[in-house]
Amino acid sequence: MDRERVKLRIAKDSGFKVFVIVLSFLSMVPLFLILFYIMRNGLSSLSWEFLTELPKPVGEAGGGIANAIVGSFLLVVIASLPAIPMGITAGVYLSEHKVGRLSYLLRLAVEVLQGTPSIVIGIIAYLWLVISMGGFSALSGGIALGIMMLPVITRATEETLKLIPDALKEASLALGVPYYRTILKVILPAAFSGIATGILISIARIAGETAPLLFTAFGNPFMNLNIIKPVNALPLLIYNYATSPYPEWHSIAWGASCVLVGVVLLFNLVTRIIARRWKVQF
Amino acid sequence: MESTVLKTKKLSAYFGDNRAVKDVTLSIPEKMVTTIMGPSGCGKTTLIRCFNRMHELIPDAKVEGKVFLREEDIYAINPMIVRRRVGMVFQRPNPFPTMTIYDNVIAGYKLNGLELSRTESDRIVEESLGKAALWDEVKDHLRRKGTFLSGGQQQRLCIARSLAMAPDLLLLDEPTSALDPKATARIEKLMTELKKNVTLILVTHNIAQAGRVSDLTAFLYLGELVEFGPTEQLHTAPRDKRTEEFLRGKFG
Repeated sequence: MDRERVKLRIAKDSGFKVFVIVLSFLSMVPLFLILFYIMRNGLSSLSWEFLTELPKPVGEAGGGIANAIVGSFLLVVIASLPAIPMGITAGVYLSEHKVGRLSYLLRLAVEVLQGTPSIVIGIIAYLWLVISMGGFSALSGGIALGIMMLPVITRATEETLKLIPDALKEASLALGVPYYRTILKVILPAAFSGIATGILISIARIAGETAPLLFTAFGNPFMNLNIIKPVNALPLLIYNYATSPYPEWHSIAWGASCVLVGVVLLFNLVTRIIARRWKVQF
Repeated sequence: MESTVLKTKKLSAYFGDNRAVKDVTLSIPEKMVTTIMGPSGCGKTTLIRCFNRMHELIPDAKVEGKVFLREEDIYAINPMIVRRRVGMVFQRPNPFPTMTIYDNVIAGYKLNGLELSRTESDRIVEESLGKAALWDEVKDHLRRKGTFLSGGQQQRLCIARSLAMAPDLLLLDEPTSALDPKATARIEKLMTELKKNVTLILVTHNIAQAGRVSDLTAFLYLGELVEFGPTEQLHTAPRDKRTEEFLRGKFG
């Protein structure tokens, strides 16, 4: 009878293992389906011209998405310039001050900001920046995206710094190194890979954001490098072209999706390489 | 009479309202090893952290009384300057993980923005590693990260890092408590070498270690300095009953 029980348990055990493995595989299926579908529809439109030429008017064959690629790049740069230093600074503050009124408020703000729908951030940027500046612009779009980056970078910095032993800080302070130099020259370098990972993840996240750009960067069929003029971006172009009635625009939207997904995948890959290459051992 | 490096006068240290060190008055003579011994939680570490003004970094911490480093009141000078003159080695080896062995040794200069010529820094690195008995082991790997070394080697690297600043005084806070017996023996031997050139204060709860390496021993109990005198006398003929009981293993 005991034997029977053991047999039953072994059977249950293997049943559970199969269950876990099957579900794990199932959770990868959507990703592969999406990738497969985008590639099947998008790869055919990819070419050097597609990446370097401007869009053509409806009815003309060919044309590329150079303006959207450049625009997305411009938006990421505008977003990163304030978001990276502010996010890192806030993260350092949070890890240095685990309790206290300001850190409580800051932590709350970061959490709420992270949970704010991107479209709401877009509307706020529209009300405050677009209306007061008198028109759509790359600057307002970049700032809206920067606001979305901020909590991700703050969190990543705080979480990374939490893992750095206090002993390291003490070692530096005990050598007579001032506090600010200890943070800048000892603590932050030790946290480099974690912070860089957070930055890349936040960029990968905002690169695909459409909603906040609808009211801010707006889109532009031409190449534009002026930050106070409307600018195109990959997700905006995908949105506009995919909802248009023209089949040739649909295939351009697929191609642009392919580029966007490719860039995001690349960023994730680079993130992993950085995390491994610059991992600091304590 | 040998000269005094460090002197405290009615020194008390607090964590909030909790008084961890109570009215300690003592003088540390030059070029000797002075051990501060006592059971866990008796305030040994807190006491020596008052000597390089590290105690005050803890929120709510407070220091009362005086500490003189070569007749200078250390609480009247900038803490950064005090910490450059009083080196500290911690319980767990803590080399800077992003730096090479070479850069770890001169970290005190680099991080403080003090300029060194190439020949000067080469000399300081070789001398400091030599004094820390690590030069022969690492001289061919100076460009490797300090964290690749073994625990005992890392601790000697931390000693070299402190010695590089040419301190008046070196504080060792249970430097062997994270090391195996062999590495411990190396560090103990090193301490008896080092005292020829630098004054050492060793914190330990290991009675045998205090007996092996130190010239003077202070016994601290519940934050009070119970007894302070030559190590041999304190170990063989303690004057206070509490010292005797600690040495016999009745508590601690």
